[in-house]
Amino acid sequence: MTKKPNNKAPFSKSSSYSDWRSATYAAQRERLPKFNSISFREQPEIVTPENGGAVDYHKDLGYPGEYPFTRGIQPTMYRGRLWTMRQFAGFGTPEDTNQRFKYLLDHGQTGLSTAFDMPSLMGYDPDHPRSLGEVGREGVSVSTLDDMDALFDGIALDQVTTSMTINCTATAAFAFYFALAKQRGIGFNQIGGTIQNDMLKEFIAQKEWISPPTPSVKLVCDVIQFCANEAPKFNPVSISGYHIREAGSTAVQELAFTIADGLAYVDHCIGRGMQIDDFAPRLSFFFDIHNDFFEEIAKLRAARRLWARLMRERYGAKTDASCKLRTHAQTAGVSLTAQQPVNNVVRVAMQALAAVLGGVQSLHTNSMDETLSLPTEDSVRVALRTQQIIAEESGVTNVVDPLGGSYLVERLTNEIEEEALRYIKQIDAMGGMLHAVELGFPQREISEAAYQFQLELDAGKQTVVGVNKYPEGGEQEIPTLKIEHAVETRQIEKIREFKLNRDTVAHAGALKDIEQTCREDRNVVPVLIDAVAVGVTLGEVSDIYRKVFGVYTDPGML
Amino acid sequence: MTVKKDKVPQVTQRPIRILVAKAGLDGHDRGAKVIARALRDAGMEVVYTGLHQTTENIVRAAIQEDVDCIGLSILSGAHMTLFPELLKQLKRDGAEDIVVFGGGIIPKDDIEALKALGVKQIFIPGTHTQDVIDWIRANVPVSE
Repeated sequence: MTKKPNNKAPFSKSSSYSDWRSATYAAQRERLPKFNSISFREQPEIVTPENGGAVDYHKDLGYPGEYPFTRGIQPTMYRGRLWTMRQFAGFGTPEDTNQRFKYLLDHGQTGLSTAFDMPSLMGYDPDHPRSLGEVGREGVSVSTLDDMDALFDGIALDQVTTSMTINCTATAAFAFYFALAKQRGIGFNQIGGTIQNDMLKEFIAQKEWISPPTPSVKLVCDVIQFCANEAPKFNPVSISGYHIREAGSTAVQELAFTIADGLAYVDHCIGRGMQIDDFAPRLSFFFDIHNDFFEEIAKLRAARRLWARLMRERYGAKTDASCKLRTHAQTAGVSLTAQQPVNNVVRVAMQALAAVLGGVQSLHTNSMDETLSLPTEDSVRVALRTQQIIAEESGVTNVVDPLGGSYLVERLTNEIEEEALRYIKQIDAMGGMLHAVELGFPQREISEAAYQFQLELDAGKQTVVGVNKYPEGGEQEIPTLKIEHAVETRQIEKIREFKLNRDTVAHAGALKDIEQTCREDRNVVPVLIDAVAVGVTLGEVSDIYRKVFGVYTDPGML
Repeated sequence: MTVKKDKVPQVTQRPIRILVAKAGLDGHDRGAKVIARALRDAGMEVVYTGLHQTTENIVRAAIQEDVDCIGLSILSGAHMTLFPELLKQLKRDGAEDIVVFGGGIIPKDDIEALKALGVKQIFIPGTHTQDVIDWIRANVPVSE
C-alpha cells in the first residue's frame, strides 16, 4: 500500500537541487535499489544545471557544422539531406547478392553495403579445404575480379556508393573494385564508398586476421595512402566500434577503443610522412547502437567532440574536414533475441531512433530474423521501412540536434567523453593501441565486461524481454532464409575453371610483383589493382601475406 | 532446456573436464568465452581451444586433455558441416564416449538433424548459463 497523498499540503519549493534531493526526494520510494544503464552506469534520478547538466555552450557544443561538431557535422543535418539508408547484404553467389542489391535499390535504399562470406574474409578461395561448409553462408563469396563484376552487374559504380565490410583481405577486395572501375572506364576519382579495412578492432573483437598486428596496420595504411592520392571520394577505412560493442564492451569502452584505433592509424600515416589534413578528412567511423537510448545518443555526440579535439589539439589539424567524425551506425545485433523474434522490430526501431537523434550519416537497421539466420527479403523490407518511418513520419528530422541542451544528454555526453579520454590516456601510456592490443589489454577489458553482463543477466539485474523476463513456452515461428549447399559446389567449380583459364605467364609475374612489393615495404595497392586484372585471386594474395608477413593465431585467453 | 533441481548436483569423484571449442573460420567468441568462464566458476576444469580450429585439432586436443565432453560453438552457419566432421573423427579415433554438445545461431530444423546425428544438446542465444551447467552435470558421465 502506498501512502495516501497529502492533498492539503501547501506549495513546496526547494531552493536548490540538494535541498530538493534531501527534503523532498529522499522521502519517496523507488522501485529498484539502483538504476543502471546497460553499461553498468548508475543513473541519477534527475539531472539539473546543478548536478552536471550545465554546459559551456560555445566551448562544448557550438553550432552544427562547426568545431567541435557536438551538434552534428553539417549545418543543416537532416534538413539538408537524410542519412544514407544502407542495409548490409550478402549471401550465396555474387549473382544471388546482385539480385538482393537491386531489390534494395528498388525499395528506396540509397547506398549498398556488401557482406562477404567467411572464406573471403579470412583469405581462402572457395576451393581451399578450410572453406568447406562456409562458402556463401554468412555473406557473398568473392575471390576474383569476375566475382566482383557479377556482384555489381548492372549497377553503375559512379552512381551508387558502396560499402565493403572486409578487413584482413580488404586490400584484395579494394583491388577488385577499383580494377572493375578501370575495366568499365570509370575514373578512380569518381568512385565513392567505404571499405572497412580496420584491422586493430579485428584483434580486439571481430577476430578475422591473417598476419600479426604490425604488418596488418601497414596494409590498412596502404589503402589510406592510396585513396589520399588517387581516390578522394572513397573512405579507405571505417574505424569500427560496432564489433567491440558486440563482443561485450561497455559504451565507453566502445568509444575509447575505437578512437584509440583511429589514433594508431593516424600515427602510422604521419610516420610515413603524410600530412594530417591530406588524409584525416577521409577517415570514417562505424558505431553500434545498443538498447540504452540516451547513453547511445550521448556516445555519438561525445565521439564527435572527442575526435575533433584530438585532431586539432594533438595533431594540429587545420581544417574542419579533418576534425569531422563522419559515422555509419548499425543497430545492435547482439540485442536481438531468438525468442519472440517479432519483438526485435521494436528494439531496432528504438535503436534506429537513437542513431538518428545522435546524428549519424548512414544507418543499417537489423532485421528481426538475424539471430536465426541471414535475413529474408520480407524482414529486410520492414527494417528499411523502419528507417523511412523515422525519416519521413516522426518529425525528428525537422530540427538539428533536437536533444542538445537536455540536462541528461549533456551530462552523459560529458561523462562519456571524459571516461573515454581516461582510457585513451591509459592506452597512450602503453605506447598506443598497437601495443595495447599486443598486450591483450582491450581484449581483457571486453571479456570482463561481457562476463559481468552475463552474470547480471543471469541474476535478473539486466532485463531481456522474452528471455529472462516474460518468456513464453513454445516458439514464434518466422520464415528464415536457407542457403543451398549447391552454392558452395558452384563457386568451387567456378574458381577451378577460372584458374585454368588465366594467362599463366602474366599471372606468375603478378604474384612475384606482389611478393616483392611486400618484402620491400612499398605500398601494395597499385600492384594489386594490376595483379587482379590478370587473374590473381583473393586466396593467392592472402597466401603471399602469410608467407611474407607471417600468420597470427588466437592467443585463446578467456 | 531446464533440469529439475533435485537431480543435481550429482556427486562426482573428480571435476568434469570440458573442452570449449571454436571451429571453422568465424570469430564470434563472446559466447564461448562467457560459457567457459561460467563452467570454470561452477567448478569444472575447462580448456579453451581459441578460435579457428580444424575439427582435427579439436579431436586431438580433446584426447590429449582427456576431457569428458566437448562444447562446440559455431555462429557461421557451417554447423551442418563441422558437427558431423567432429563426430566422425571422434569415432575414427575411438573417442566417441566424449559427449558432444553445441551452441550458436542454429535453426530449429538443423538442431533436430544434429541431435539425430549424435550431438547431445544445442543451446541457442539467450540460454541461462545455469541451464548449461545443470545440463552438463546431468548428462556427462564422469569416468574414473
